[in-house]
Amino acid sequence: MDDLMLNQFLLLAAILFSIGVYGVIARKNTVMVLMSIELILNAVNINLLTFGAANRDVAGAVFALFVIAVAAAEVGVGLAMVLIIYRNRQSVDLDEVDSMRG
Amino acid sequence: MLRNAWIIPVIPAVSFFLILLFGKRLPRKGSELGVAAVGAAFVLAVVAQVQWFQHVNDAEHDEPTGEHAAQVVGSSGELAGGEAVAATETETRGFTRAGGGVGAVGAEASPQADDEHASIEPVTREWTWFEFGETEAEVGTLIDGPAVMMLIVVTLVSLLVHVYSTDYVAGDRRYTHFFAFLSLFTASMLGLVMSRSTLQLMVCWELVGVCSFVLIGHWWEEKANSDAALKAFITNRVGDIGLIVGVIILFFAAGQSFDILDINTQALNGGISHTALLVASCALIAAVMSKSGQFILHTWLPDAMAGPTPVSALIHAATMVVAGIYMVSRLYGVFWEGLSIGVSSINLLALVGGVTVLGGAGLAFVQNDIKRVLAYSTVSQLGYMVMALGVGAWTAALFHLFTHAFFKACLFLGSGSVSHSVHSFDMREMGGLRKWMPHTYRTFLIATAALIGIFPFAGFWSKDEILAGASQLGGAGNYRVFMVVGIVGALMTAMYMTRCVYLTFFGEFRGHGHPHESGPRIVVPLWILAILGVVAGLANLPSALASGSVELRFEHYYEPVGAYFPSIVPEFAHPEFSWGIAIVSTLIAFIGVGIGIGWYTGRIGLRGITERNELARVGYTTLVNKYYFDHLYTDVIAAGTKGPVARGVNWVNQNVIDGVVDGAGRLATATGRWVYTHVDQQVVDGAVNGSASAAQSGGQVFRQLTSGKVQQYGALLFGAAALFAGAFIVLV
Repeated sequence: MDDLMLNQFLLLAAILFSIGVYGVIARKNTVMVLMSIELILNAVNINLLTFGAANRDVAGAVFALFVIAVAAAEVGVGLAMVLIIYRNRQSVDLDEVDSMRG
Repeated sequence: MLRNAWIIPVIPAVSFFLILLFGKRLPRKGSELGVAAVGAAFVLAVVAQVQWFQHVNDAEHDEPTGEHAAQVVGSSGELAGGEAVAATETETRGFTRAGGGVGAVGAEASPQADDEHASIEPVTREWTWFEFGETEAEVGTLIDGPAVMMLIVVTLVSLLVHVYSTDYVAGDRRYTHFFAFLSLFTASMLGLVMSRSTLQLMVCWELVGVCSFVLIGHWWEEKANSDAALKAFITNRVGDIGLIVGVIILFFAAGQSFDILDINTQALNGGISHTALLVASCALIAAVMSKSGQFILHTWLPDAMAGPTPVSALIHAATMVVAGIYMVSRLYGVFWEGLSIGVSSINLLALVGGVTVLGGAGLAFVQNDIKRVLAYSTVSQLGYMVMALGVGAWTAALFHLFTHAFFKACLFLGSGSVSHSVHSFDMREMGGLRKWMPHTYRTFLIATAALIGIFPFAGFWSKDEILAGASQLGGAGNYRVFMVVGIVGALMTAMYMTRCVYLTFFGEFRGHGHPHESGPRIVVPLWILAILGVVAGLANLPSALASGSVELRFEHYYEPVGAYFPSIVPEFAHPEFSWGIAIVSTLIAFIGVGIGIGWYTGRIGLRGITERNELARVGYTTLVNKYYFDHLYTDVIAAGTKGPVARGVNWVNQNVIDGVVDGAGRLATATGRWVYTHVDQQVVDGAVNGSASAAQSGGQVFRQLTSGKVQQYGALLFGAAALFAGAFIVLV
């Protein structure tokens, strides 16, 4: 993989990451936030795979697999939490979930 | 064994701890440990004895004739071979005779003379205890004639007392404790007799004192007993100051040395000034007065009868009181030179002894407690020993110690046997006991005969030698006055002992209940001691009556010969047996017995003399009040000191100490108030309050951040991450 390709993949990952961060901060819908988190994670995965390929190292790919597994679990837990929040409040708006306010 | 003699005191010392730790769990409550330990010590002492005899014999045969070098190191070949222990820190010092012309220089020296006595090196061994500066304090063993002799006496009497005690104090609530301290008592005394240095001697001396305190106060629940224990201890403290002063003076005078041999050698060869020796001797005499019950510090000894009888026997025969005598005999070079014993005709040591002979004997007349009679008798007999040392009859003194140990132990154990039977020590509640207690009676009678000095019992030989010494030794005029004192003392001894025996064993029984003979564990020790009371005197048969290998064995084997003992001094001599004195003293003894019997059977018309005669009444009252010594100490000295001192102290207390305390109090209050208003209220509280309000306002600011909104947190998180990332890029 030459430098041009490397930069393109890194650029893609950065764009995805930025979209994800925007989604996490700006969206009010909890499900959308969860999806944004998946975008961030996948941006990281792309980075891992890119650098692994650039260095001819399989570790990057292996790490990406781990991240996918962890992300799956995280989505499972996250969706369950969203479901419970919805059942309690009949809403998934994050602005209403502020009972931890100091 | 001579080089490893340290084992002998260590055995009972270990037994002390074992009994204390495990005694109560043993089937016989620890007494078996005590008996076994002292028995083992006795066996080893006998072994040491035999080896010492060989040592003396070898020294004679090996000795080259004429003058020779002063130092012979490690010459005791057979000892090293026998022991196979070659500790590197040990050495055998040879103290050989410094020059010729020793021995039979004095006109009255015994005809067998000392010429055959070669120099006999003591077997020594030492370890460094601690060091201060250049000086090393050493502990170790010093085995020579007197030490070996004392080993035998102490272990034998102690063993018999142990056996006796298993019956006598059976069932006592502190039975185990009693045996533990008997063991320690024995161990301390054994340590004392083989002390290498004055420091070690002092430590053992104090240990003996502590053990006597514990054992005299064994039945401390009664106030009288604990008082007696305290009295013994405190009176001994008074004398111990003398010991400490003496040891310190000798330490500096002898060039920073605690070494007994060294001190003696220097004292004899002029290395220490006469003044220092005189002062040291006087200080040490104070120690002898307290420990060995000499006038005027004798008052504790009769009170010490409050302890169990076996303890009294041990104290009076073997362990406690002879420590003083032994100390003098150990440092005899110091006393010899310091008091000019060889050339004078009166000195403090002899005077103290002489006064004690008569004073103690006088007090023995008016006591009704059988043990107190014996106690005053011991005081008187110790007076003989001190007197003998004072007149220069060293061997006679130790010989008397040797014989006295046996018959006095026998008498004490006999009185214990009597009280075991009639449950009282008061002779007014006894009488006629010879019918019920035949063994006790016979042994008591034998021991009494020995004490009175009837031929051929042990006391006759030793007392006679003392009297001969007083009449023959010393400078111009000799110590004749002390010979008279000794003869009067012998008369008094015979009289009061007759009274004691008569009241106890003759006449009608005046007590309650049915007296009975004691068991074998009491009777057998009595008989052993009684037999020794008969034959011990044969240990030093005078050459006028015997010759060759039986004459003067005691003197031959036990008297040290070497530069550390006055036998190198020309004036040192041995008294010669005198028929005159022997006959007179025996007659006196019989006269005393006769007067005693006459008096108490009413045939001599002295009965009721105290009612008829003013002088006799005054004398009697004085004796009953023990010459008012107790009054002197308690009422005059103690109270006299107490009153003014108490008032003075009170004044100092009220005015000086209270003033200081009050002033300190006021100052502290003022300081406290200032600190409160300025430091506490303003600085400390200010800091505390300030930090609290700072925390509060800080909290108000930061609480705005905790909105509870996840996305706000996320924004902060990513913002911060972006900042760090930017900083990273800029910096790297």
